[in-house]
Amino acid sequence: MAATTTTRQAPVLPPPSGRAGFGGTLRSEFTKIRSVRSTYWTLLVLLAISIGIGAAICAGTAANWNQTSAADRATFDATQVSIAGLFYLGQLVIVVLGALVITSEYSTGMIRTSLTAMPRRVTVYAAKALVFAVIALAVTLVAAFIAFFLGQALLASTHENVTLSEPNVLRAVIGSALYVTLCGLFAFAAGAIFRHTAATITAIIGLLFVIPILIHLLPSSWYDDIVRWMPDSAGMAITATMAPQNSHLFSPWGQFSVFAVYTAILLIVGGILFRKRDA
Amino acid sequence: MIEVRGLSKRYGEKLAVNNLSFDVAPGKVTGFLGPNGAGTTTTMRLILGLDFPNAGTVTIDGKRYASMAYPMRELGALLDAKAVHGGRSAYNHLLCLAQTNNLPKRRVGEVLELVGLTEVARKRTKGFSLGMSQRLGIAATLLGDPKILMFDEPVNGLDPEGILWIRNFMKTLAAEGRTVFVSSHLMSEMENTADHLIVIGRGQLLADCTMDEFIARSSGQTVRVATPQPDLLVKAVAEAGGSAVNGADGTLIVSGLVAAQVGDLAFEHGVRLHELTVVRASLEAAFMELTADSVEYRGAESEQGQQPAPAQFGQTQSGQAQPPSPEQLVAQGQPGSEGGI
Repeated sequence: MAATTTTRQAPVLPPPSGRAGFGGTLRSEFTKIRSVRSTYWTLLVLLAISIGIGAAICAGTAANWNQTSAADRATFDATQVSIAGLFYLGQLVIVVLGALVITSEYSTGMIRTSLTAMPRRVTVYAAKALVFAVIALAVTLVAAFIAFFLGQALLASTHENVTLSEPNVLRAVIGSALYVTLCGLFAFAAGAIFRHTAATITAIIGLLFVIPILIHLLPSSWYDDIVRWMPDSAGMAITATMAPQNSHLFSPWGQFSVFAVYTAILLIVGGILFRKRDA
Repeated sequence: MIEVRGLSKRYGEKLAVNNLSFDVAPGKVTGFLGPNGAGTTTTMRLILGLDFPNAGTVTIDGKRYASMAYPMRELGALLDAKAVHGGRSAYNHLLCLAQTNNLPKRRVGEVLELVGLTEVARKRTKGFSLGMSQRLGIAATLLGDPKILMFDEPVNGLDPEGILWIRNFMKTLAAEGRTVFVSSHLMSEMENTADHLIVIGRGQLLADCTMDEFIARSSGQTVRVATPQPDLLVKAVAEAGGSAVNGADGTLIVSGLVAAQVGDLAFEHGVRLHELTVVRASLEAAFMELTADSVEYRGAESEQGQQPAPAQFGQTQSGQAQPPSPEQLVAQGQPGSEGGI
């Protein structure tokens, strides 16, 4: 690095027209997310878990089908089983990416550089959320369909395997991707509130994993009243192709809407705090 | 032009910036000085809208920074060179900043070239030395070819080559007609680069004037005298209320009197002079003197005590510096004077 670079001046910029807005910030956020390794790692792990766990469960089920009771066979949901890896474990992974998209800006200090370049904070927040959501949805859709087709192929010997044209199947497969994407956005919003990676991930995993386990310990009448308001119930409901065993849940889309509303509220709170607080 | 008006910012109990008003005029290097914790960084954060003030406004040519059509074309700021995602390459870091303001992609290559980082453009910034990070940060400020540049402690922790590079860079930028607003704790550095000074202590304005005026007003100014009759002169100086000590090479260092007074005294007492030189205080000495009351962390002293209001000078309504009047300068040297500042 020579010390003689000061005399050179770069060519002048084209004259400005219009105003820096959402489009440029979207491109910027896409550059950010595609230019760090954590994005690729988390999405690879997501794909591996979704496809791998789904395949393992399906292969295991097929191998033990002869010993499976008639009652269990009657309630066997081939669609849900094949995508269980995605909606049950994949949500854990997407939560990490959703949180990192915003908390890494705080842990590295990049947020101050970002907001200096683009001081319109609502624009930055919305662009960040949208870029993450689109990428998360694209990858989870790929994961869902691969897991589904692979799972059905592995279940062929049971003759329980289904196709996308059967009732509720397409809704369940796409719904699993939507649910996992929503989990990621939920974590993103929490990240904007906590501004700390570990705190955010701990809180979200507590909410999506630990609390659902704990409420099973409640008296069943309490549990029945509460379960439909739990965020993770959306995942179970939207991926089921049969009538739910738990009659206290809303319809699949109704249950999904409960979580969607929670996420929307959290995104708005996160956005307000992102706008109002000192960076 | 950056216009700061009545700016106050409180962090919990601590008033970091207290009713601060000043202008940063275009086309020159304005140094922003203050002891640690004086509020220089906070003021810069408030200018950029990173933090929100409790009172007061900051505008740039009359507009809020966040309302600018293309903020990066108006103002480039480097507050913390390490405020980057270390996993991202230098190129991608600059690209994601440039895209927010619809700046052309080629601009990224141009500024990398300008700061001499082309060879490491594809390297992740995690491995960058402080000097390289500093260059990367400066590259980012130049992306939008802005009229105003703002740097917080740009030479902190740099090696001499890096310091020289930044110093020349700032001078070049100002020579191109840009406004350069730069903070530093290194007084000697400011002395070499700044034309104008804004000095704050405990979040309040202490001085807003030219570099020359700032040093001239310091009561640390002395007069060096060479004479074959030192005893006579020492006596005369003492009678006139000044003091004289032995300097190097048999000279006398007179303080408390200005050069003209020393010369007159010598004439009246028939003392022959071989040399009569004004020794200007260094910026450092002037700064220490001015901020003596407002140093934030000083041993075990209580911070809660009421501070005397810091003296101000060089302020007119417009915030522009006014030239020192001869009376003021003379007054500093007179016996019994409290000193100008």
